[in-house]
Amino acid sequence: MTQLALVIDLNVCVGCHACVTSCKEWNNGGSAGPLSDLEPYGADPVGTYLNRVQTFEVGTYPDTKTVHFPKSCLHCEDPPCVPVCPTGASYKRAEDGIVLVDYDKCIGCKYCAWACPYGVRELDARQKVMKKCTLCVDRITDKALPEGDRKPACVMACPTNARLFGDIHDPESEVSKAIAYRDGYALMPEWGTKPANHYLPRRITEPCDPPGPSSS
Amino acid sequence: MRPAWSVVFLTTLIGAGQGLFAAAFAAEVLRAPATREFFVAAAAGALVLASLGLFASFFHLGRPERAWRSAAMWRTSWLSREVIALPLFMAFAAAWGLAHHFGTGSTLLIGAFGLAACLALFGCTAMIYACIRFLQEWASPYTPANFVLMGCASGTTLAAAIAAPLAPYLGRSFAFGAIVLATAALAVRVASIARNSRIKPRSTLQSAIGVRDPVVRQVSQGFTAGAFNTREFFHGRSFRFMQALRFTFPLLAFIIPTVLIGAGIATESFGLLVTACVVQYVGLVMERWYFLADANHPQNLYYQRVA
Repeated sequence: MTQLALVIDLNVCVGCHACVTSCKEWNNGGSAGPLSDLEPYGADPVGTYLNRVQTFEVGTYPDTKTVHFPKSCLHCEDPPCVPVCPTGASYKRAEDGIVLVDYDKCIGCKYCAWACPYGVRELDARQKVMKKCTLCVDRITDKALPEGDRKPACVMACPTNARLFGDIHDPESEVSKAIAYRDGYALMPEWGTKPANHYLPRRITEPCDPPGPSSS
Repeated sequence: MRPAWSVVFLTTLIGAGQGLFAAAFAAEVLRAPATREFFVAAAAGALVLASLGLFASFFHLGRPERAWRSAAMWRTSWLSREVIALPLFMAFAAAWGLAHHFGTGSTLLIGAFGLAACLALFGCTAMIYACIRFLQEWASPYTPANFVLMGCASGTTLAAAIAAPLAPYLGRSFAFGAIVLATAALAVRVASIARNSRIKPRSTLQSAIGVRDPVVRQVSQGFTAGAFNTREFFHGRSFRFMQALRFTFPLLAFIIPTVLIGAGIATESFGLLVTACVVQYVGLVMERWYFLADANHPQNLYYQRVA
């Protein structure tokens, strides 16, 4: 069984928000769009986004590190948002494990958003239906695109290659190896949701040639 | 959580309607000397309250025109089950009232089906909240207990007020029942407040982003404007407001109505009984608002600082 997912390398994410804007750009148009904003240039704008980059400071000064933390739907293997949906609009695809919303069936009751501990579902400000990351399902399955381009927009946009995309159930895949070799972890494991998306932790990178006593 | 008024009115109105039906049917089962007019009035009252609740629920939906789809997933969704149980309860309550009105008989059988639908509806409504395991304030047996007791208490107060002019001898029994139920509801609610005040959140900023360091703070949530995540999950009221509400709603929902019911029965005052119903309903609206606001959603860990 395929389980598509993103693996996000926190060690190289620089917090540039390119994945946020590319996600918004792709999902605001095409077959998925629109992804509505209200009053985008007004005093009190409201936007709908499927991906956010947040920033955290870890540790106590002066021993702190900055962690840039992209967050989108984790495509849980046991998604708590799916069984609560009263209409069946929220579902997990059997063939690739993507959690999706049928925008034509959604009644906008917001119950799935209550039932997601990660806060990755947003009600479209204008369409009043629930929106979430689709792993760019309309892009990754588009046979008209060159094979190398059949990746989520955020993955294509990331300038530091911090976002990997693939099947975490295939032990030979790039994402499975990254999780295995880099101690990839899931968010909020305490709820048993088994997120498919994983994060690769920060690590201290030593200089290749550490400065030592001068030989001259 | 940000309490939705539609949900507050839905749950309090149908709860009172269910309680009213259950109280009236209990009177029938126990062969209390009630009149036909009382049963018809109780059924009509239950139906009106349930209809108002149903009406309120539509305002919760972003796409109310698609509400008919919401009965589809009854195998997994408590919300879907509620959508089925509510009209079932209304249909049985209406049939029970009509059977009494036209004297067609088999009212006990119809009423028994009505009671089953009534209990099922209490269960579905409460489980919508209690089944979300990471909303720890809701995920407890106190939630169904509170929903049942508060619905039955307010419904029985209503039954006492309806019985007073139609079947006066019934008034005292309902008044006694309403006082017992309000006291029980108060006791269970106080216990649930005590439980919730001791909750240790299972999710932390550490588990939310996956770091072990005990010191983590958010520098930026990633955007400056408002969003669904910053609005839907925060009640936006001060600690003092919530504390004041926590001490006010038990007075209005349980303590003052108990005194008013007692006084109303002692002085045979219909006005005092109606006042008890109104005060109790206002108190229960405040209680339900508090119940919804009280839940701390783990997603809020991700939305603490704009910059």
